[in-house]
Amino acid sequence: MNNRGLFPLLAFILTMISTSVRAEIRVGEIFPPLASPGLVGANVPATLGKVVLVDFWASWCAPCKASFPAYMRLHSAFASKGLVIVAVSVDQDAAAFASFVRKFNPPFLVVLDRNQRLVREVQVPTMPTSYLIDREGRVMHIHPGFRGVETEEALRREIEKMLSN
Amino acid sequence: MNRRDRAFLVFAAIALAIALSGCSTTKAVRVKPWERANLADPTMDPGRDPLATAMMEHIYFSREAAQGGRSIGGAGCGCN
Repeated sequence: MNNRGLFPLLAFILTMISTSVRAEIRVGEIFPPLASPGLVGANVPATLGKVVLVDFWASWCAPCKASFPAYMRLHSAFASKGLVIVAVSVDQDAAAFASFVRKFNPPFLVVLDRNQRLVREVQVPTMPTSYLIDREGRVMHIHPGFRGVETEEALRREIEKMLSN
Repeated sequence: MNRRDRAFLVFAAIALAIALSGCSTTKAVRVKPWERANLADPTMDPGRDPLATAMMEHIYFSREAAQGGRSIGGAGCGCN
C-alpha cells in the first residue's frame, strides 16, 4: 500500500472508532439480559414476565449509599407482588463491593459487573441510575441519580402502576 | 493538480473531519460515570480540608499579592 492509500485508510479507521461509541439506552428499548457471565455474586433468575428494577451503584458513590435503604423499603413493599430488584455494582475493587454488601446486607439481589461490561452496554448517564423494566424486558422509566424521597416516591408510583398492568 | 488528485484531497479532508469530530464528543473522550472510582477518592479532592485551603489561599495572597485562580475541576464522584 502506498502513502496515498494509507492516509484515507487511517482516517477511515479513526472514523469507525469515533462513531462506534454506544448511545445510552433509552425508554422503550429492550434492556440487555441480566443472566450474563460477567455478573458475579448471585444467580440472577429469569426476569422475563416480571417487573424488574435494575440499579447501577458503586461503593464510592455517596447517593448510592443513600439509595439502598429506599430500595430495601421498596423490596419490602413490592417483592411479594412480583417486583425483582437487581443492584448491579460497577466497583472495580471486589473487596470494596463485598464490604458494602456486608454493611447493608440487602434483601434483594446484589451483583458485581466484574468487567463493567453491562454498564458499558447500557451507558448509564450518571451514578447511580436505576431502570424500571416491564414484563417484556423493555425499559419503562429511567432515574438518573438518587434524590432521596423524591426518587423513592416516583419509583413507588411507577412500580405500583407497572405491577397492576 | 489534476481532477483525480483534487478528488482524493476532498475525500481525505472529509474523512479526517469526520474522524476528528469524535474527539469533540463528550462520550468519546470523557471519563465515564462508572469509571470515577479514583476521582471519588477523598485524597483526590484539592479542597478536602477547608481550613488548610483557606490557609494556603492566605499564604499565596500574602506572597504574591494575587487572589483566586486556583480552583481545579474534575475530581469527585460526579454522582447525581
